[in-house]
Amino acid sequence: MAEEIAAGTLRSETDNKGILQSDAAVLRSGMHDGMPIALGYLVVSFTLGITAHTAGITPFQGFLASFFNNASAGEYAGFMLIAAGASYWEIALITFIANARYLLMSCVLSQKFAPDAPLYQRLLIGFDVTDELFGITIARPGPVHPYYNYGAMLVALPGWSVGTALGIIAGNVMPPAVVSALSVALYGMFLWVIIPPARSSRIVAGLVGLSFAASFAAVHLPVISAVSSGTRTIGLTLLLAGAAAWLFPVSAKEENHGA
Amino acid sequence: MEHNIYGYLAVMAAVSFAIRVLPLTLIRRQIKNRFLRSFLFYVPYATLAVMTFPAILEATQTPLAGALALAAGIWLAWNGASLFMVSAACCVVVFLSEWVLC
Repeated sequence: MAEEIAAGTLRSETDNKGILQSDAAVLRSGMHDGMPIALGYLVVSFTLGITAHTAGITPFQGFLASFFNNASAGEYAGFMLIAAGASYWEIALITFIANARYLLMSCVLSQKFAPDAPLYQRLLIGFDVTDELFGITIARPGPVHPYYNYGAMLVALPGWSVGTALGIIAGNVMPPAVVSALSVALYGMFLWVIIPPARSSRIVAGLVGLSFAASFAAVHLPVISAVSSGTRTIGLTLLLAGAAAWLFPVSAKEENHGA
Repeated sequence: MEHNIYGYLAVMAAVSFAIRVLPLTLIRRQIKNRFLRSFLFYVPYATLAVMTFPAILEATQTPLAGALALAAGIWLAWNGASLFMVSAACCVVVFLSEWVLC
């Protein structure tokens, strides 16, 4: 026990936050920040469950699908193709396209890991790279502290997978007003990640504003709006972040300041 | 035609896992290239902003409720509110405004 605590403090000291926190405290803080995510997941996956039900997925299969995929758009597309009796290749391709943005996020996270971080940590944390968990991981200063992610995953994973199973079982019983209100919880979280850095950096503020505008335009422009939202997100991200990097390259000092 | 649902689920899980884990396990070193570093620095802001708007307007029963939640969320986050506060406030704003509007 004493050894565990000592090891825990030692690891925290390498965390360049300057604050000493035990693994247990970091785990708790991850669970704390994961709660609103888990609540949002419960609701969103509930609606996903309703879709899965129409595709002939059982509650147990829905639970498995969500536990191992952790992806709304990807699972939705997958269920649709399953219902259509598609081939395994088609399922693999649609899963890849709908989830390709996680490839980008995983690249970003690779730079936030200590170079000597062990493989099992990378596998475990990589397993649950979602829009939301990526968001809170990026918002936390310093290198990735695995226990923070484990804490968030402990509440977020059951929220997502149990919610899917419940949606399949219960169908349309939740009042639409409640579904509507809870469905913006995840967007509130995104704002919490991007707005404070936008306040301290004009470039980030400009990028966020431009991203809003470009995304709005893409939804309404004739040809681009026909592309799936996952693909649009990737395209706009590559374009906007690429332009920002080209016009305003950041110094190492700024990097530590922002994300 | 002989496709099994568990087979489908296994394919989906394998592809999702590979996408998420490959960059994390293969890129072990700090990237030195300044453009790439800057690009990866800006990616989260662009991605999350693109996913938030205008999707937030379509998530609610009336687009106006989503717009009000967006405004409230930006204002609170700008003023340093906690994650829970920002998220919960967005939900409450939608619930109340739709109660009045619908």
